[in-house]
Amino acid sequence: MIRSRLGRVALQLALPIALVALWWWTSSGSTQVFFPPLSRIVDSLQEDWLFEQVGSDLVPSLTRFTVGYALAVGTGVALGVLIGLAPRVRRASLPVIEFLRSIPPPLMLPFVLVVIGIGDDSKIALIVLGAVWPVLLNTIDGVRGVDPLMLDMARSFGLGRGRRIGRVVLPAASPKIVAGMRTALSIGLILMIISEMQASTNGLGFRVLSAQRSFDSAGTYAGVIVIGVVGLVVNFGFLVAEARIMRWHRGAQRVVEA
Amino acid sequence: MPFQFRRQAEAIVLPVLGVAVVLAAFELAPRVGILPRATFPPLSESARALGDLVRTGDLWQPLLETLDSWVRAMVIATLIGVPLGLAIGASRWGRLLTGLTIDFLRPIPSVALIPILVLVYGTSPTLKVTLAVFGATFPLVFQASYGITDVDPVAKDTARAFGMGPFTRLWRIVLPSCAPYLATGLRISASIALILVVTGEYVVGLPGLGREVLIAQSSAAYDRMYALIMAAGLLGVAVNLAFAAVERRVLFWHPSQREAA
Amino acid sequence: MTVLGIDRVSKTYGAGDDAVTAIDEISFTAEPGELLCIVGPSGCGKTTLLRCISGLMAPTSGAVHLDDRTVTAPPRAMAPVFQDYSRSLLPWMDIHHNVTLPLKAARMPRAEREALASDALASVGLGAHGRKYPWQLSGGMQQRAAIARALAYQPEILLLDEPFASVDAQTRADLEDLLLQVWGRTHLTVLLVTHDIDEAVYLADRILVLSAAPTRVRKTITVDLPRPRDQIATKELPEFAHLRASVFALIKAESGSAPPTDAATPDG
Repeated sequence: MIRSRLGRVALQLALPIALVALWWWTSSGSTQVFFPPLSRIVDSLQEDWLFEQVGSDLVPSLTRFTVGYALAVGTGVALGVLIGLAPRVRRASLPVIEFLRSIPPPLMLPFVLVVIGIGDDSKIALIVLGAVWPVLLNTIDGVRGVDPLMLDMARSFGLGRGRRIGRVVLPAASPKIVAGMRTALSIGLILMIISEMQASTNGLGFRVLSAQRSFDSAGTYAGVIVIGVVGLVVNFGFLVAEARIMRWHRGAQRVVEA
Repeated sequence: MPFQFRRQAEAIVLPVLGVAVVLAAFELAPRVGILPRATFPPLSESARALGDLVRTGDLWQPLLETLDSWVRAMVIATLIGVPLGLAIGASRWGRLLTGLTIDFLRPIPSVALIPILVLVYGTSPTLKVTLAVFGATFPLVFQASYGITDVDPVAKDTARAFGMGPFTRLWRIVLPSCAPYLATGLRISASIALILVVTGEYVVGLPGLGREVLIAQSSAAYDRMYALIMAAGLLGVAVNLAFAAVERRVLFWHPSQREAA
Repeated sequence: MTVLGIDRVSKTYGAGDDAVTAIDEISFTAEPGELLCIVGPSGCGKTTLLRCISGLMAPTSGAVHLDDRTVTAPPRAMAPVFQDYSRSLLPWMDIHHNVTLPLKAARMPRAEREALASDALASVGLGAHGRKYPWQLSGGMQQRAAIARALAYQPEILLLDEPFASVDAQTRADLEDLLLQVWGRTHLTVLLVTHDIDEAVYLADRILVLSAAPTRVRKTITVDLPRPRDQIATKELPEFAHLRASVFALIKAESGSAPPTDAATPDG
């Protein structure tokens, strides 16, 4: 059965479907606050999230996340290239970077709230302060690992500094940079949610927290499911984009391994 | 000769210089006005507050509470994640059956579960442990399953040819071969678990370093707040270094694959 | 046509007690349109010499001249072909873009770039493969692409660093003939470093035999074999064997007197 494509797909779907069915069945008669019937969760999803709260909460959340993530990646790559290309600066700054990235990102929240205040700016700042590190470190790593022969070739053919960085260094470092961006994605999502749970009047995190505070357990679960779906979609989107942009890398790797 | 000397000197001087520059920046920025002094005291004041915490013993209780939850979470995550990962990785059935489910559960940001956990646990510290277990189990499952697929089949066949039973093989061949992957998994999980424990303390107000930060923040004792954040950072560094050291020892003979960041 | 002059070029690495002299006062001139091969024992500073000539490395003393201009950085008039094509062709661009990249850097207008690239690729037999990525091509084809890139650049001097060492013997023969063809058409000055003595004799107008480190020019041998050269006919000539033997003997002698840290002597 494993051999057939349909068989494989069926096997993969078996566990999730079974789990959902189990969930439905065990929760259907439940009156416990923390374990509402799945049917009510579905109702809550339909009423609130299709499509009423999309505009009021989903959009602001995703906007903040996108801005923060973009800033984190931009800063991380730019700084990473500068530091990666300057060995002395790199040696000087690595211990500091390693320490700063070890601070649990959610603990940057008090700093950001207290210094910047409540509002979108502090949330975006938090996302940047947490998500920049993997991008920065991976960019530095990737830039360092560029093949010196490629740089020799570039210099021999008269490529100036800018072109060398743009056409040789960055593409060569891109596999590592993309790996860092993937890690940064998860961190960014976590920080977006946390910041909305602590200091916000809208957003996914806020919705889920206020549902919990008003003991709307079905609404709480519904909110968590929406967050889960957002996480899934964002991750999937990233994988798709990565597959396209890094096609050359997979092709080249396959040849090396052959 | 002078060339060598300069190299070695640089290896020490440069990092020290880098740290010194950053420390100086954090000391001067509030004094000069780049950072608001009211909400970001100069580094020396926060450092003093940290010293006070250590001296008066106020640091240790919350630290122990955090560590207690962290240890519990690590033990549970390991006991669940490693066997699960080994089982999944060992068979094609395992991977096919669980792959989709894991791919769905993995991208869920662990912190999103906090409201549900509050409904279930209220203000019990067990909330922290459960949260941390959720986040820390995945890396272990993955690393264990990679590790077991990487075991050299020739080694296994040789062991079987020599009459080793399945449990002996597990103990003597499979687990040692997986060890580097498990070590990497433990390092990653340890970090995640610590972060989630502290986050739970901060967001929900459970006993530990995180709650101390929240208390300091609410009472505007900002030097103390930053001191506690630094303490958490140092704890994170310590955990990371410790597990990285173990990982390196286990890894030294094995050409394994590692995560970049 | 530019004359390439290497004037007492030396390169020493390190300083004080640990100093190592790789090349020691090497001087020679490459006449315009000449095909010059450089050979030497393993471990002699062939690569160092080439890096100094190409402007990638500054010599410790002496200078490289193009006519009367001193080379301090990679000059516009020179184009390189490296041994390891898989690391010199950029894997994220197709062959065509690899060829046009140096032309873009030289601020050539689009139409001209495209024309030069297409011509160059056609001249090496890759006309139909421009849109392929380097890793989609065989080793021999990748090296052709690297040659096309150098040709499209329209240099006056072509520098090749063991360009055919990483391909199999049959492909090597094809590429050698391709080089002769291209050289015959373009009349570039060609400097080719190789450890393959047969190749050096087959291709060259003159052969520079280098000594072991600290490397000097041991001897300059003029190759009088008739052109056009042919893989079979030329190699059957007694003169070919004679030249080959002389070069081989020189190198063997150099390897024998080489310091202990050098690689083992070639078998003979």
